[in-house]
Amino acid sequence: MELSALMLSRIQFAFTVSFHIIFPSLTIGLAAWLTVLEAMHQLTGKAVYRRVFDFWLKIFGVAFGIGVVSGVVLGFEFGTNWSELARLSGPVQGPLLTYETFTAFMLEASFFGVLLFGRSRVKPGFYLFSAAMVALGTMFSAFWIMVNNSWMQHPVGVAFIDGRFVPTDWAAIVFSPVVWVRFPHMLLASYLTGAFCVAATGAWYTLRRVCEPEAKVMLRMGLMLATVIMPVQLLFGHLVGDYVHDYQPVKFAAIEGRWHDEQPAAEVVIGWPDEAAETNRYAVSIPVLGSLIATMTPNSKEVGLTSFPKDQRPPVLIPFLAFRVMVGCGLLMLLVAWLGSWYAFKDRLERKTGLLWATYLSFPLPFVAILTGWFAAEVGRQPWTVWGVLRTADALTPTLTPQAASTSLVVFCTTYLVIFSFGTYYVYKLLRHGPASIAQDHAPTGSANRPLSVAAADPLHD
Amino acid sequence: MVTYWSVILAVSMLIYVLLDGLDLGVGMLFGTTTDDARRRSMLASISPIWDGNETWLIVAGVVLWGAFPLVYATLLGAFYIPVSVMLAGLIFRGVSFEFRVHAQRSKPLWNFGLIAGSFVAAFMQGAMVGALAQGLPVADGRFVGTDMSWLTPFSVVSGIALCVGYMLLGAGWLARKCEGQTRDAAFRAIPRLLVVVLALLVVLFVHALASNLAVMSRWMTRPVLFLVPVLGLMAVVAVWHAAAQGRDKLAFTGGAALFVVAYGMFAISFWPYIVPFSITIDQAAAPMSSLSFMFWGAGLFVFPLMLIYTVCSYTVFRGKVEPSAEHY
Repeated sequence: MELSALMLSRIQFAFTVSFHIIFPSLTIGLAAWLTVLEAMHQLTGKAVYRRVFDFWLKIFGVAFGIGVVSGVVLGFEFGTNWSELARLSGPVQGPLLTYETFTAFMLEASFFGVLLFGRSRVKPGFYLFSAAMVALGTMFSAFWIMVNNSWMQHPVGVAFIDGRFVPTDWAAIVFSPVVWVRFPHMLLASYLTGAFCVAATGAWYTLRRVCEPEAKVMLRMGLMLATVIMPVQLLFGHLVGDYVHDYQPVKFAAIEGRWHDEQPAAEVVIGWPDEAAETNRYAVSIPVLGSLIATMTPNSKEVGLTSFPKDQRPPVLIPFLAFRVMVGCGLLMLLVAWLGSWYAFKDRLERKTGLLWATYLSFPLPFVAILTGWFAAEVGRQPWTVWGVLRTADALTPTLTPQAASTSLVVFCTTYLVIFSFGTYYVYKLLRHGPASIAQDHAPTGSANRPLSVAAADPLHD
Repeated sequence: MVTYWSVILAVSMLIYVLLDGLDLGVGMLFGTTTDDARRRSMLASISPIWDGNETWLIVAGVVLWGAFPLVYATLLGAFYIPVSVMLAGLIFRGVSFEFRVHAQRSKPLWNFGLIAGSFVAAFMQGAMVGALAQGLPVADGRFVGTDMSWLTPFSVVSGIALCVGYMLLGAGWLARKCEGQTRDAAFRAIPRLLVVVLALLVVLFVHALASNLAVMSRWMTRPVLFLVPVLGLMAVVAVWHAAAQGRDKLAFTGGAALFVVAYGMFAISFWPYIVPFSITIDQAAAPMSSLSFMFWGAGLFVFPLMLIYTVCSYTVFRGKVEPSAEHY
């Protein structure tokens, strides 16, 4: 099959951005959790919190480093592959990403350094403050990214003057209602990612009967956090659905797998959308539920894909399936978190081997949920790059050839796979050794600007 | 406002060139020795700083997009291949740096990654500057050339010149930060690198003057501008003197001054064009609402803080490196 420069560019962007998002989601969650740990350590004076903190700070460092390295490419891809987008929407997206970079720089530059070296040099209060600032910094960084992406989903606050978007109302852009449901949705997803990775590690140690005091803290804090966050996340997921329903009806129809207008609308629980035949195969549907989900009323009329011209419909299969995988992961996480917390409350968790295994094996769930959620959002936005105003095909760099695009795709895939395999290997090695092997007063060495080196300074490094 | 962001962009790019230039230079010079002790001290001299230095590339990139979207779109589209390859080179340089510490058997691979990554990134940067100076086919604010328009004899010479220039910076840095054999080797390399870089610069400058009437007339009508290359000559003398006398600090300062002069000559030749000779700074600037939105937060507060932080981090790591202090 001959691939066009457009398709190659889409594959490359999807690959690099999917790869990148894995690491920030983890670090945003971990940063917040580390702050809580440090606060608990200072409040209770228990050494176990400190050991868990020092241990997860190292994991944070490696993940943060890979996140930074893999993110560099993204800042340039907008120009290399999507130069028409960069030219037209640069006045909006450029400043937003400038804020993102400047925020990230400040975070990386200052307070993260204090966390790595400053334990013995600053007062405990300031150390805690630094941890909170790092958490806040990762949050701000995510915020600007979500403002940027939400503007592409729902372009507000601009006028089209002299062949480009000119921002006329920054408040409308930054405080767009879409931002304020999607940003919490992403933030909570990151917190869940942190919570599940921590809980899974705790379960792993408990099953192996190593590092038991630390494992107990990880397991319980992780599950408890997830227990509280998960229902809130489902609520925000629903609110995100509402904005899609109102602002992007054709995307909503694709996600729902709804081909024709229906009143009241049924909900396709599972099936296999067939775009050629404009129908779902093997579909299992529940009547009326579709209207209930969409509007909270039992007989609303819901619009179907065939009400839109073909050239304005997104692909159906990917958003449809991705959305269901995301929801499935969410429900599984809810189940694991609630069962786990219940038995933790009863103090029987450490004996429930089956549940511990389930918790241990659940660590990929939040990552899968985040990736599939983004697939639904971004593939569902097609054929637009900026919803309703700029088509993806028109956003492409006009001079880009398939040869150049395939060259860069191969180069970046190779590069990222090398980083990913080694990065994962180092994280695995750190996790396997566990926190008990970290000497209490051994402050991690390495450099603030080189988080990956934190792992290298490990005394148990072979 | 346009002026403010032009200055921010110019400063960010200059900081990047000087700081990551020395890292890339050391990365390339890393290939000139196989002695393990020397290699360790070379890495120790840049290990605390290289990642922060690279961040300035991203800073320059996003400022370019935010403040001059037209240039960002035109240049990155035109430089598709060199930008992609440069980024891959920078990533390999970075991960090689980190992974070679862990490696046992694969150490040669990461050594190679460090050297090759530095060369590739430096060459591509130089080639892009060369292609930019030579003039890209732009019509109506859009690049209209091909994937390979950037590749010309002039841009290749320019790429090589930047590699050698970065090595000169790197050698100056090693002389300043290291002791013993590493310092001696750096001082031996400096005069040779200086001669080569000077020869290449003269070739490039004369070629630019001869082949481009606009540049030529600008220099000829204002002879006072030739004071700038004279400053450059003073920097050359300073570096030469430093190498001959073994003056640790002067070698790097002189090399950096030479870069500033070359950067200034580039600006003089093309100002007010930001893409010579098709897009001016004013044409490229983002609308006022974008520039002021950036100014009242990022520009006014965060940027100065970033500068202060950079100065502080260099102050913390000032002086000679102790090879035993780092784990390299």
